[in-house]
Amino acid sequence: MSAGGGHGPLHQFVISPMAEMHIGGMDVSFTNSSLFMVLAISLVTFFLVGGMRKQALVPGRWQSMAELTYEFIANMIKDNVGTEGRSYFPFIFSLFMFILVCNLLGMVPYSFTVTSHIVVTFAFAFLVFLGVTVIGFVKHGLGFFKFFLPDGTPWWMAPLMIFIEVVAYLARPISLSVRLAANMMAGHTMLKVIAGFVIGMGWALGWLPFALLTILVGFEIFVAILQAYIFAILVCVYLNDAIHMH
Amino acid sequence: MEMEVLKYLGAGLTTFGMLGAAIGVGLVFAAMLNGIARNPSAEPKLAKYVYIGAGLAEAMGLFALVIGLILIFAV
Repeated sequence: MSAGGGHGPLHQFVISPMAEMHIGGMDVSFTNSSLFMVLAISLVTFFLVGGMRKQALVPGRWQSMAELTYEFIANMIKDNVGTEGRSYFPFIFSLFMFILVCNLLGMVPYSFTVTSHIVVTFAFAFLVFLGVTVIGFVKHGLGFFKFFLPDGTPWWMAPLMIFIEVVAYLARPISLSVRLAANMMAGHTMLKVIAGFVIGMGWALGWLPFALLTILVGFEIFVAILQAYIFAILVCVYLNDAIHMH
Repeated sequence: MEMEVLKYLGAGLTTFGMLGAAIGVGLVFAAMLNGIARNPSAEPKLAKYVYIGAGLAEAMGLFALVIGLILIFAV
């Protein structure tokens, strides 16, 4: 695949340090991954702060879009968590906007997709899982363990049900993180592999994989937005499980 | 057979995991088409759940891909 000095399809995921820094033996260099995270935060902040600068009662275009994103998440939380979920709005909004912009930045050619690395998505998913479990215990005390035994199970099925429910609960952060990372990584790898075909098939047939590539880029943009939405809505569903058990 | 050969054989076999994901996503959209055919005014409500369901079903197929990648690159 790498002919004449090119890179393989997996070269795009390499993390390379841009400014080496070591603190006490730990490598805390500023990498290309950090650069794109900073870029994502700057873009989101610029979009929201710039949009709300005018604060007109009848919003202009920019303010309208900022308000649309606010309403989108606010409605999602209201539908899935209820009115108690209001206090978690800043967290879920920041999470959604960061993942969305990180995914979309990855669609720019030659850029780096922050969320394609399992360590990044696992950090998100694990923090959400930990936070939701702590919220469950704070709200319900030790009664949170009743979550694992659904109402109406016969007594002889209880041990099996509890085991299955606990395993399914512990699988949540893993599935949440792997879903996002695998979607991003698989999509981008496929794009690079087909891009390799464009050059490999030469002038005569090269337009065929190129047409496919165009359609796939459009599909990948859709997947980027959809995966951010799915992550946010699953966080809302898990929060709902913790706050109102079942 | 050495480890290398078995690794690549295993990675190739994990592609069968996509079969279930493809059928699952097809079922989700088939249900949506059925629902819209019976009650066209329910389309916005159905569309909201369709994408969540398709994303969840697709993720299972991607878990199979992850096993394949682990086999090729990390074993």
